[in-house]
Parts: sequence; structure tokens; C-alpha cells
Amino acid sequence: MIQRNRKRVMPEIPTASMADIAFLLIVFFLVTTTMNQDKGLSLHLPGMGETKEVQQKNICNIWINDQDQIAFFEEDDLTPVDFANLRAEVEQRLAANPKLIISLKAQRGSTYRMFVDVLDELKLSGAQRISIAEPEAQQ
Amino acid sequence: MKFARKSKVTNAIPTASMADISFLLLVFFMVSTVFVRNRGLPVELPDAEKIEKLESRRHVTSIWINDQGDICVDCKDSYDGRNIVPLAQVGAKVHQKLTANPRLIIMVKADSAADFGLVSDVLQELRTIGALRVNFATDRERP
Repeated sequence: MIQRNRKRVMPEIPTASMADIAFLLIVFFLVTTTMNQDKGLSLHLPGMGETKEVQQKNICNIWINDQDQIAFFEEDDLTPVDFANLRAEVEQRLAANPKLIISLKAQRGSTYRMFVDVLDELKLSGAQRISIAEPEAQQ
Repeated sequence: MKFARKSKVTNAIPTASMADISFLLLVFFMVSTVFVRNRGLPVELPDAEKIEKLESRRHVTSIWINDQGDICVDCKDSYDGRNIVPLAQVGAKVHQKLTANPRLIIMVKADSAADFGLVSDVLQELRTIGALRVNFATDRERP
């Protein structure tokens, strides 16, 4: 009997292209990944019926009118202020009275952009106690 | 003079672990990928400097307000006009989510040209149902 000289072939999975496949998938996930987190200005609203009586001298009212103009309202007089000077003015008032509560009141018709800009300036000035007043109902 | 025979070392970069490394990276990207699903209304967010990042998306519900005065609460589908919620129903919708998750943070994604009056109305709605943790979504201001 003739024994055939069979060639032994080891069954093998080709792994050379494995890295290529994996890198291809990586590139796909790299491209589709969005790392954007939600970010913005945080604020804690007061609950309903949680209104507190505050001494008049501890409140600094900032008003925004429907023309997007800003003004301080203190002791019954309105002093208009430029947006550029707002932060310095608020810092000055905060330094004079650290217990100051800033009350921001924007009228109906003012833009949200202005409101956020002012809120940002208030936060940048280091004001911790910021309240948002409800605008009067539309006539 | 006779030198000691050098052992023949073939200098090849070992590529056997290449696949392992790339799969590791792959797993990282798979885990960190979030497909942008909840687009909501197309709004142009205002810019701000003193912004805070919200660490977890799980406790966030978004309210979109565009410059046309349309409101949409946590709309996952792409915007086609069906998801518009009237102001009176915003409270009920958010309340539903708030009872499911008391730690909810409301993300107000309003267009920078939107009327503040409407935003204020939404804030009042949120106050009445007790959703007090609010975040005004902004982009980072570029100098």
C-alpha cells in the first residue's frame, strides 16, 4: 500500500486585516462622535409662594426695556447704564453692600439675547443672589 | 581576528497587538458616542462666558423656544411642526417628567432673538409645577 504523502495544512484565520477593519470602525466612530455637553447659565427659581420680604436697601433692580436698554432702578429713580459699564457698576454696588440682591426685570418685547447677556454679566460680576422678576402682564 | 557571531535579530515592529490597541480605542469611541437624536427646534443659542456644564444628560429635559414663538418640550424627533406644544400644556408635560425624575434640570434652549416675555411665561409655568432647577442653554462666547 502506498501511503500518500499528504501535505498537512493548518486551518488558519487570516488576522492580518483585523487591524484594518478595526481602524476603519474607529474612523467611523471618530467622525460620528459628538462630545458636546449641555452647557449654559444655571439658575434656581424660587418656588411659588416662596416670596420673601427683603429690605429695600438690599435690592438692586435692573430693568431691561423693550428697546433692549438697561437701567438701574434705585430709590425711585431710573439711571440708564450702558451694557459695557454694567459689570463695573454692579461690582461697585456689590462691594458697597455684599448682601445685595440683584433683581433682574426684563420687559415683554425685550430679546432673550439681551436677558442672557445681562445675566451673564451679573454672574461674571460675582453676584450670588440673582432674582428674576416677572414682567407685568401685557396691556 | 574573529568576532563572536552576532545572533541574527530581525528588526520588525510587532504588529500582533495592533488589533488589540485599535479595538480598545474602538470600544472607547463606541461607549462615548452619542448620536444626535434630539435635535428639537432649530434655534440659535445666545453666547455667554460664565457657563456651567451639566454633567449628566439623564436628568435633563429640554424646552426649545424659537423666534417664532413655538415651544417644544423634549422633542426627540426631527422638527416637522407636529411637536409644537402650546404654552398652557408646557407645565403638564414637564410635570409628567418631573414626577418620574425629581432631580430633573430644565434646559431652556431659546433662540437669541426670541421674545423674553414668552421665556418668562415658560419660567412661570415651571415655577407653578415646582421645576425650579433651570439652565439657560448658551454657546461659549468666542472672543
